[in-house]
Amino acid sequence: MVKTGFVEKNLRILFPLPAIAFVMVMMIFPVAYTVFLSFTNWNLTSGQPLGLVGLRSYARVFGEPRFLMAIGRTFLFTTLAVGFEAVLGTIVALFLHREFFGKGLMKLLLLLPLVATPVAIGIVWNLFYDPTIGLANYILSVIGLPKSAWVSDASTVIGALVVVDVWQWTPMVSLIVLAGLAGLSHEPYEAARVDGATERQILWGITLPMVMPTILTAMILRTVDALKTFDIIFAMTGGGPGYASETLNVLGFKYSFEYFKMGQASVILVVLFLIVLGCSVLIMKARDRAQV
Amino acid sequence: MKKARLVDLVFYLVIISMAMIVLFPFLWMLSSSFKTQVDIIAWPPRFLFKPTLQNYTRVFGEQDFFKYFINSSIVGVSAVGLSLLIGLPAAYSIARFAQKRLSVFILVARLMPGISFLLPWYIIFSRIGLMDSYAALILSHMLIALPVIVWIMSSYFEGVPVELEESAMVDGATRQKAFMSIILPLSGPGIVTATTLSFIFSWNNFMFSQVLSMEKTKTLPIAVYNFVSYAEVDWGGVMAAAVAIMLPAILLTMLFQKYVVKGLTMGAVKG
Repeated sequence: MVKTGFVEKNLRILFPLPAIAFVMVMMIFPVAYTVFLSFTNWNLTSGQPLGLVGLRSYARVFGEPRFLMAIGRTFLFTTLAVGFEAVLGTIVALFLHREFFGKGLMKLLLLLPLVATPVAIGIVWNLFYDPTIGLANYILSVIGLPKSAWVSDASTVIGALVVVDVWQWTPMVSLIVLAGLAGLSHEPYEAARVDGATERQILWGITLPMVMPTILTAMILRTVDALKTFDIIFAMTGGGPGYASETLNVLGFKYSFEYFKMGQASVILVVLFLIVLGCSVLIMKARDRAQV
Repeated sequence: MKKARLVDLVFYLVIISMAMIVLFPFLWMLSSSFKTQVDIIAWPPRFLFKPTLQNYTRVFGEQDFFKYFINSSIVGVSAVGLSLLIGLPAAYSIARFAQKRLSVFILVARLMPGISFLLPWYIIFSRIGLMDSYAALILSHMLIALPVIVWIMSSYFEGVPVELEESAMVDGATRQKAFMSIILPLSGPGIVTATTLSFIFSWNNFMFSQVLSMEKTKTLPIAVYNFVSYAEVDWGGVMAAAVAIMLPAILLTMLFQKYVVKGLTMGAVKG
């Protein structure tokens, strides 16, 4: 009879221990520190010692129009981007959900935007959007529309950035929905065909309801990331023109690493984190309801 | 018969337009990287031009791109390697002992905005003199790689029959030995998926490296970004740099296409 060793007896603690320790040190402790800093007025450049000021940094940040605008803009950007991605991604997936010559190649193409470096993608789109030499304005002029300033104008910058996000992430929604469609059972379809249902009735009555939990899951993933979008916006506009494309993540970055107002920056980060958490919980609830 | 052929034609027209929409930024980037400055700023934009390699020779000659390439590789390979080291046992434990809470704990790292750890890291790494060090960058990139690895591998291990370890254990092997010598060798596809994806995410990361690295450890995305800020008009050079930075991730994706699709969509479908 082999005696069970110490390692084996405690495997369920010892195996995950290094990963737990790492996450504690690198994530839990830093987040706690950020929350702590949000109750201070610490400013790295002022040279003054850190002072606990209760909720005063919160009051300062919430009294700042630039912050309130950034909250609204974060929601606007996320709603537009995720909305378009969900609808377009589902349409593309329904379209590709059949056997055809070149399907493998098409799936490979859909992967490219997902793995391409976002900073570089942003720069390429900046060349495309360039008001004087960009292809975008050339296309407008060919179809007889007036030129646009795209990301250089406060009124069009959010729309132009949403287009880039939609270009980059619709393929992911499509791939997820395609995988969901491939996993649907055949029985309801056979029954519907026996009953003489039309293609349209099958789509709205069977396919979409059955694949809805997958679509909602894709939307959760996208919402969490869209709320945090940083690379593309920072690389393309740096939050400008003026403050016109500053989302919470970009504003938090500027407060942290350009103004070094660590107290107020931490307030912004806490708010961003709570929004991401709140939105994920909300959509997860919606998904659970759709599954019942 | 005729009607079927027309439907096919329309179908392929739509497919080709979709492919063009996905591809055109890449094609425009690629073609611009072979254009002279004159061709790039021409109006209307030129679709036909005499290609030149001068952007590539200039970017790789003047810029220290090779060094940044090495930096990105050091950071990516180390972060993924270390994350596999601590992530694989954790994923196994989550799968075999149904440690649901533990998996949520590690996946919160995927949910959290990275900037909420970056600010404290910046303060702490400055205090202990780790700014612009490989150690700081690797640690930060591990927080990108670890959740991906745990997420993919825990569901992979769930699919490996538990009888395999049990029969080894009946023969006298310890559980940790069975994990090392039986389970891991069987998990090649899962490990390829997790490694490829987490390496690409580390390779593409901008925010962590932008704050934690300076001249010595600068990675490619930062180099490309800086290149734009001081060479705004040199579009050809910037596009050549953009091609160079995207190439490794795209090659990896082509090589491991099946795995990448699986990794990106898994979990989402299971619900």
